[in-house]
Order: sequence, then structure tokens, then C-alpha cells
Amino acid sequence: MEQFDYVVLGASHAGLEALRAIRAHDADGSIAVLDREARLPVSPTVLPYVVSGKCAEDRIALRERRWFDAQRVDYRQQAAAAALDTANARLRLADGREIGYGKLLLATGAAPAIPPIEGLSDVRYHVLRTLDDALALRDVASEVAGEAGRAAGRAIVLGAGLVGMHAAENLVRAGARVTVVEMRGQVLPGYFDAAAAARIEAVFRDKGVEVLTGRRVEQVAPRGEGCTLRLDGGEARDADLLLVAAGVRPEVSYLAGSGIAVERGVVVDAFMRTAAPNVWAAGDVVRTPSFFGDGTPAGGILPDAVEQGRTAGMSMAGDPALQPYPGGVSLNTYGFFGHRALSVGRDAPEGTGPEWEVLVRGEEGGDAYLKLVLRDGRLQGIFGVDVLFDPGIMWELILRRVEIGARRDVLLENPQDAARALMSGLWR
Amino acid sequence: MSATPTIAFDAERCDGCGDCMSACASAKSTDGNTAQSRIRIVRDDEAGHWGVALCRQCGDPRCASVCPAAALAKGDDGIVAWDAERCVNCLICTAGCTFGGIAFSADEGHVVKCDQCAGTPQCVTACTRGALRYVTAAKLYNRWGELEDLFVPGLGGCQGCNTELIMRHTLRRVGPNTVLATPPGCIPGMGSVGYNGMLGCKVPVFHPLLTNTASMLTGIRRQHKRKGRNVTALALAGDGGAGDVGFQSLSGAAERGEQILFVCVDNEGYMNTGAQRSGSTTYGAWTATTPIGDSARGKAQDAKNLPLLMMWHGCEYVATASTAFMEDFYAKLEAALEASERGFAYLHLYSPCTSGWRFPSASNIEVARTAVETNFAVLWEYRREQGLTLSRDIDDPLPVTDYLKLLGKFRHLDPAQIAHIERHVAEQAQVLCELAGMQPREGERIVCHPSDSMAVDLDQ
Ligand SMILES: Cc1cc2nc3c(=O)[nH]c(=O)nc-3n(C[C@H](O)[C@H](O)[C@H](O)COP(=O)(O)OP(=O)(O)OC[C@H]3O[C@@H](n4cnc5c(N)ncnc54)[C@H](O)[C@@H]3O)c2cc1C
Ligand code: SF4
Ligand code: SF4
Repeated sequence: MEQFDYVVLGASHAGLEALRAIRAHDADGSIAVLDREARLPVSPTVLPYVVSGKCAEDRIALRERRWFDAQRVDYRQQAAAAALDTANARLRLADGREIGYGKLLLATGAAPAIPPIEGLSDVRYHVLRTLDDALALRDVASEVAGEAGRAAGRAIVLGAGLVGMHAAENLVRAGARVTVVEMRGQVLPGYFDAAAAARIEAVFRDKGVEVLTGRRVEQVAPRGEGCTLRLDGGEARDADLLLVAAGVRPEVSYLAGSGIAVERGVVVDAFMRTAAPNVWAAGDVVRTPSFFGDGTPAGGILPDAVEQGRTAGMSMAGDPALQPYPGGVSLNTYGFFGHRALSVGRDAPEGTGPEWEVLVRGEEGGDAYLKLVLRDGRLQGIFGVDVLFDPGIMWELILRRVEIGARRDVLLENPQDAARALMSGLWR
Repeated sequence: MSATPTIAFDAERCDGCGDCMSACASAKSTDGNTAQSRIRIVRDDEAGHWGVALCRQCGDPRCASVCPAAALAKGDDGIVAWDAERCVNCLICTAGCTFGGIAFSADEGHVVKCDQCAGTPQCVTACTRGALRYVTAAKLYNRWGELEDLFVPGLGGCQGCNTELIMRHTLRRVGPNTVLATPPGCIPGMGSVGYNGMLGCKVPVFHPLLTNTASMLTGIRRQHKRKGRNVTALALAGDGGAGDVGFQSLSGAAERGEQILFVCVDNEGYMNTGAQRSGSTTYGAWTATTPIGDSARGKAQDAKNLPLLMMWHGCEYVATASTAFMEDFYAKLEAALEASERGFAYLHLYSPCTSGWRFPSASNIEVARTAVETNFAVLWEYRREQGLTLSRDIDDPLPVTDYLKLLGKFRHLDPAQIAHIERHVAEQAQVLCELAGMQPREGERIVCHPSDSMAVDLDQ
């Protein structure tokens, strides 16, 4: 049986950052990176741009093989984990081979969640998480858009999260007629506050997208090459293309029987350690605690996967500079139809006390929208549409719990320069 | 991964004129509009100062770590470069960077960042107030990094001490063809001579008495020479071993012009044995033997100026250096090494002692820098042919109290003692200024002194 000091499972953002952190501290330990795919690592985040045709599929690899060689890392493709035996520190792969580890990182990310809708398994539908998914969607999108002389087909997107909204835009641009169905009351729930979401939705409507929020699909039935959806309230929609983008679930199939706790993600401590000895986990596979210690959404985004990967890698290698992972802060940069929406942190909860402050500019349909949320004079969240600021600086201000009360007005006025000036002084 | 030159910003000197932004915009933008500048000078009215948003070319760039398209990468030149062809305009890099170093430019339609203009940053050139500096010390670190480290890993210094830096960098440059002497003090204490019968470095090293370092090196150098071997005789000594107990052998060797490179690491006392006073200890300083009590108020005498004393020996080369000014240190080490081929070379390094001077272990370099910026430790260089030159301008120092307040050993000082130290610092600076003002006359070599009668021709 092969044996490595470190085994990293999953060669995407969390795994690659962990690798870097391990090598930064341990120059000699043997490392293997195993990924189930038969190609160089590709970020799920880049896939909408593959669908739109902006990215050629051979120009998107996160790393080339020579990078792994230079790091002296044994990188293996088509090495999917099938089972984990934590008692004997061993991983079984899908092809039956076994690999022993000194320390193991689970960074297998997430897979699309398929909602329990009657009849869904009987129709052809698409998801978007892997490069194969993206290529399939790209091909079918142009078919649906329709050739000359034939009316454009209809595409229905289930879920108005980032994945669904990106896809909806791509499909519109490709020429399809698009409907987005979202269970919750707004688009991009959990990413943007209601006012920002309303602006985004308005742009989509303006581009001819039918946006149905607060609606459910109750049943799906086959209809020729496509399908028919029945919505709550009985209304029906025919779809030539159905994309299911209703959130993700952690990729943990290989953990069955391993004894590793999974509750909406692998359960880890502040150093990304699981309860099993010598097993860490990071990225979308993990249940990410919120930095705010409340129910605000956390995790499932790329910057978090990177932070967690770094924390895990440093912890695995015993790097003395290790700091506990502070918890996830929601952080989104979203471009749509030439506009830009940015969000960092949390919105004020319903019915809050006087310690909360919400400052808004451009509420009444001005060109740009910006909302600042403060608690006890400290930044909790910032949401903007067509207002530029540096999300990374805002993130840092939130994490450091910097007192900004006295700067609230300049921040609202010019968030980019005001936050930069403040941060510049803090770095000194 | 290599270190990268940086563009340093000094908020104290910035008056917000914006010349840097205009220069950047005309070098980089599509239309010369300063809104497109990659460096942003921003005002914090609340704090009353100017700040900067600029890419630091991070060693571990988080913008690149979060880029889903691999459009950002740190190149061999150290610059974190952006690849227009790969970028998908997702702006996630702007979430990764906490410096405002990469941002979306509405005019250009994509993210933009600084690339240091291929080694001649236009913003720095345009800044007439010295608020921006292009610090290229990293290039030296890279060059030094390629030289072999001749000390073993794991020297046992106190946390935050700069002596290990001095030792390793010095020996890297001086190289393997060396015999090293490390008299009793922090340097052998850290393991230069080794532990348990194992050597602490990869060159022949010996441990002379505190008194006879320069004499023993004299013999060793001469014997090697006699045998036809050109070996560098290097001492790494403390200020006690150099200037107090060891001074007669040092003085003798310098006066005879022995071909030795003598490096004195001055931590102003016998720190290795529990922080006793030495001749280099500052007036008023607390040490174990100059305690603070009802009547005792720290050391009652001024420090002697050892490097100036060495200069008066008419050495081939004498210089003072600081680990807060590494480029200067490297240049002087280079010059000293070369001079030691011809005669005696003496290099005096200020080494703040975290445990003995009582300051946080993270601030060693800051203390060293402040010592220089307050004229407490003046950087200068003496060459036999050229006399003394100041290594940096000393006309406009920070207040001496900026330095004193950093150190626990001065915490008890009363106003009279502070005034005494300020006076002493000013006098020393004045003397050095006058010495530096002297120009050598044709055919003469000057050992600096204001009076002409003191100029001596050493060849006679
Ligand atoms: C369409 C789309 C758009 C997105 N847009 C954004 C965005 O704009 N901003 C943002 O912050 N986030 C975005 N995200 C989320 C972001 O991509 C993820 O948070 C991030 O990729 C998580 O990284 P990870 O390393 O944890 O997991 P993943 O990137 O999912 O990588 C998991 C890796 O593990 C491998 N793997 C899985 N199972 C196994 C196994 N059994 N054995 C071996 N290997 C295995 C996979 O092949 C893959 O390489 C987007 C996601 C999608 C799908
Ligand atoms: S853009 Fe920011 S994160 Fe990237 S190298 Fe520059 S300073 Fe570092
Ligand atoms: S905007 Fe471009 S450079 Fe920045 S993260 Fe996205 S793809 Fe990378």
C-alpha cells in the first residue's frame, strides 16, 4: 500500500491553498493530491464563462502539471475516494487501490442539490458544477436559442442563487426565452439584501427574463425532448431546457461508515480538524460556522474555501503562525448585464434594537444603491449595486471589528476611498 | 519564491498633492485620467492623515489564491501579474486583497493593478516630497539568499534578536574561505561554536578568550598567509569583547594594520550574562549593575564611541551599520571585506537587545530604525583615502525621546537625564558632521579632525 505524509483529497480552491500552506512550512514531507476528474483542476466559479463561451475550456486550468512537479507533489487524476477508514488511516479509491496517510484533508467540495420534486428524475435536466456539466449546457443552450426560422425555445432555471442567475443571463444572451423560479421571496437570497435584489431583478426583467419569486415547482413531466413544469397555484410552463440550480450539498458520499460527523457539511473545529484523528476538512464540503455566530449564511463561496484551506494546511503542517478560522462572512462579487453588485457581511435582522444602524443611499431608484449595516458602531455588512468598493477591505474591517461609527457618513458617501484611508492607517 | 522590491509610503511626508496619481495615469491609463491611477492617495479626515491603496506584490498573494481563472500569478520577477486573456471579470480578486491593490476600473472595464513599471515606478519618480520610496532591498535579499548559509539551522538566540540575522548574512557574504573567531558573548551563546561536540557553522570557528580575539586572529591570518593561503580572518564579537576587556588586542591589531575583518555587534552591555553595563552602555540606562533605586539612576557615565575610536587608529575601513538599513549594511560589508585584504577593517552594528533593553520582541527592527532616525546611532563610513562620510542625512532627526520611550531600560529617566542624553546625541552628531565636512587634500590621507595639524599621512 502506498503511504504519504499528507494526502489532499480534491484539487480545487481549498485543496490547492492547503497544499501551498503545507509546502510553505514543510519542505520535505511527501504529499499526494487526489482528484476524481480526468483533467487539470478547474474552478466551478469559472463555469458560467465556459457556458457563455468567454472562456475556452483549455485555458481555465487553475494549475498546470508543472506547478505540482515544482512543489514536489504527487498529483493524481481519476483518483476518486470511495471509502475512508480512519481507524487505520487509509483511503480506498474507486478503482480499489488503497492509500495510507499521515494526515488527510477532505476538500471534495459540493455537488448540486436536487430538490425532491415529483417527476424530476423522469426528465432530462441540467446542473452546473463540473466542466462536463458546463460543456453540456453550452451545447444545449445554443440549440434552445433556436436556428433561423424557428422560434427561440424556453429555458427554465430552478433557483435564483448565483449559479442560477449566471446561467439565466447566459441563456438570455444566447437567445433563449428564460424563466427563473425561486422559492424564496427575492432573487439571490442570502447573497444580497432585498433592495439590492430588487434592482438586480429589475434588470433581468428588463432583459425579458420572467422572474417568479416566492414560487414552487410542484411537478415535472416529460414533454417531447423537454418537459412541462407545474407551479404552485396550478400554472404550467413548458421548457426546452431545464437547469436545476437549487443549492448544493456537501460531497461526502465516501464518508459513509467512516465515523466522521456530517451535519449539512463535515463538522470541524476552528483549525478545520474533524473529530477523527489526523483528518481535516475545508471548503464547500464543510459546515461553515458564521463569523457572526448567528444564522447568517456562511460558506459555499470561493474566498471561504481558500481561507479554510490555508487554515487546514497550516494546522496539518504544524505552522506556528496558525490562527483559528474566524468563521465565514458572506462575500459576493456579482456582475450581470454590465452592472456590478457587491456584498459583504450580514443585513440587520428583523426587529432589531437601537444598537443597529442601517444607512442607505439611492433607495429611491437612483443610479446606484448602497447600504451600510452597523452594530455598536462596527461594520456588519455592506451591499451595493453599481457602487464600487473593495470587498476585501470591508471583509477585513468586519473581521477586525473596527470601530467605524465616526466615519459612517464618509463611508456612505464614498465607501471605496473612505475604507481605503481607514485601512491604510491600520496597516501602518 | 523571491522577495520583491516594494513601494513604501510615508504618511508623514505626504501632503496629498496627487502627483503620483497623475504620473501613474499618464503611464498606464487609456486617457490620462487620474481616476485610472493604480496608486490611490486617500484622505482620512478623522485621523488627519493621508493613506494609500496600492498593490504590495504580496509574497503570498491572496488575489491570486482566490482567482478562479488563474489570471493572476506572481512571476519570477516578483510582480503579481494580471493576464487579460484569462480574466473573466468576476472581481473575486478584489475580495481577496485587503490593501485595495486591485480594483475594477470603470473606464477600462476590468480590474487593474500596479506592476511597478518594470523597475522604475513613475509614481515614485513623481513624488517630490519623499513620501514614496522604491525599496529594492529585496533584490539584495534574493542575491544573498542564493549564497550558502554557513551557520547550522536552529541558532538559539532570544526571541526577536537581530544578531542571528547579522551573523548569518555576514558569513554568507564572507564565504567559506574563512576562519571565524567568536569570543564569549551572545554569539557563541547562540551556538556559533556548536553544542555537544558538534560545530555550529561550516567554517573553522574558534572561541578565544574575551580579551584576545584580535591577537589570535592576527596569528591565524599570518600563519595562513605564510603557508600561501588567502583566508579571511573574521571576528564576530560583542561590544564588551571588542571595546572593554578585549580592547587592547583590538587596538593593537588595528594599529598594526592586521588584515582582519572585525565585526562588533553592539548591544550596549554584557547581555549574555545577565545584562551588565559595558563601556558602550548609554548614560542613564538600567542594567543589572547600574540599577534604579533611591539614589542610583542607571549608568552615570556616557557611552564611549567605539567606532570613532577605531577610526582614529587609521584603519583601512571603519563603518557603522544597522539592520534597519540592510542595503547600507550590505554595501558596508562588501567594502569592509575588500578592505580587510589590505588592512584592518572594522564594522560596528547596532543590535537592540530585546531582553536586556526591555522592549517587545517584535519591534527590534523598529527600535534599530528609530535609533538611526533620531541620530542616536549615526550611520557613517570611513575610508582611509576618503575620510569620513555620513551614510544618510542627519540634519533633521526625530526627537531623541521617540527612541528613549521605546525602551524599558530608560523608563525611569528624569528630565535632567533626558536633557543629558539629548545633549550628548547632539554633540556626537555635531562632531560627525564636522568630520564629514573635511575633504582630503591632494596627496594626503586624512584621519578626520577639524584641525589641519591633526591630519597625518599614514604612509610616513
Ligand atoms: C456555477 C458556479 C458559480 C460560482 N460562482 C461563485 C462566485 O461568483 N463567487 C464565489 O465566491 N463562489 C462561487 N461559487 C462557489 C465556489 O466555486 C466554491 O465555493 C468553491 O469552488 C469551493 O471550493 P472547494 O475547493 O471547496 O470545492 P470544489 O471547487 O467543489 O472542488 C472539489 C474538488 O474535489 C474533487 N472531488 C470531489 N469528490 C471527490 C472524490 N470523491 N474523490 C476525489 N476528488 C473528489 C472535485 O473533482 C473537485 O476538484 C460558484 C460555484 C458554481 C458552481
Ligand atoms: S493585489 Fe492585493 S493581494 Fe494581490 S499582490 Fe497586490 S496587495 Fe497582494
Ligand atoms: S476579475 Fe479577473 S483577475 Fe480578478 S479574480 Fe476574476 S478572473 Fe481573476
